[in-house]
Amino acid sequence: MTEFIEKFAEIFDDVDPSSLSADTKFRDLDDWDSIAGLSVIAMADEEYGVTLNADDMRSSQTLGDLYAKIQSKK
Amino acid sequence: MMQSPFSLTDKTILVTGASSGIGRATAIECSRLGAHLVLTGRNVGRLEETLSMLAGDGHVVIAADLTVEEDIDALVEALQPVDGLVLCSGMGMMTPVQFSTRKKLMEVFDTNFLYPVELMRRMLKKKKVASPASIVAVASMGGTHFFTVGNGAYGASKAALDSFMKFAARELASKSIRVNTVLPAMIDTPLIHRGAVSDEDHAADALTYPLRRYGRPEEVAYAIIYLLSDASAWTTGSSLIIDGGKSLV
Ligand SMILES: NC(=O)c1ccc[n+]([C@@H]2O[C@H](COP(=O)([O-])OP(=O)(O)OC[C@H]3O[C@@H](n4cnc5c(N)ncnc54)[C@H](OP(=O)(O)O)[C@@H]3O)[C@@H](O)[C@H]2O)c1
Repeated sequence: MTEFIEKFAEIFDDVDPSSLSADTKFRDLDDWDSIAGLSVIAMADEEYGVTLNADDMRSSQTLGDLYAKIQSKK
Repeated sequence: MMQSPFSLTDKTILVTGASSGIGRATAIECSRLGAHLVLTGRNVGRLEETLSMLAGDGHVVIAADLTVEEDIDALVEALQPVDGLVLCSGMGMMTPVQFSTRKKLMEVFDTNFLYPVELMRRMLKKKKVASPASIVAVASMGGTHFFTVGNGAYGASKAALDSFMKFAARELASKSIRVNTVLPAMIDTPLIHRGAVSDEDHAADALTYPLRRYGRPEEVAYAIIYLLSDASAWTTGSSLIIDGGKSLV
């Protein structure tokens, strides 16, 4: 999970991983936008070999949700 | 009775990507206008399904993965010279710039640009394109007009295809081979439902089009048919926009 949070933070210019946790609602982040959404999908593919689809994204609220989706698809 | 210039009677037409979406609709509509079809794609089951939907007879299925050289060779070998070639096979890819690795770009460029062009080249070299004939490639508004976030790899591959076809139009005119492209905006096919955009977002996006919906595969097929038929005998090197008015807004 820590590693996932670091990878997630890397997508943004200015997000400190220590400010994030499994409970972070990612859509509430200031820098969240459609590119960030696509970047999460691309990151899951690149780092975990997992394909997240539009439904996986929509049904996730927190970073913990996203991480669970990735784990369940591995 | 004089035959309609839009008729395709007794023309032989090869359609790539005939197992799904726009390619399938194109094959069906061409058959209704009297053409003999050669259907190609990777999935034999879905190609056979398209075959069963065609009007008339004299149609054949030749399965091929167009990113495999041997498959292209076998397809070209098996062909009789065609009066029409529709390059419709392709894949989508949504990947932001920072994740658009060379590997990703090559995958989408291979499928959408390099191999369709290679098929056309080999057909020309082996004299499998008749004279006169018409070649139509399915490019995309997403390559030439709309620069949607995350669509760079796909769009660039389609822009390359659209551009290359204009050079081909110029060079092949002396052989009476016309070359044109169609530029669809969003069309409701399996392709757009495979990606990162939810059905809900698609529905909202569709309402931003002046005609208030996405296009249907057959609406692209009709434009392709115009370009295949003698009705467009003096049209070459053009890119026909089919976008429900989206480029106006
Ligand atoms: N839908 C849109 O909104 C839209 C808009 C603009 C342009 N386009 C373009 O229109 C074309 C058709 O798309 P569509 O929407 O009808 O998508 P689709 O339903 O996914 O059909 C794609 C077709 O391409 C074939 N194909 C893919 N890779 C192939 C390969 N390596 N070798 C041989 N065949 C291959 C597939 O055949 P198999 O599955 O049998 O391999 C399938 O028949 C594409 O070039 C697409 O980029 C679509």
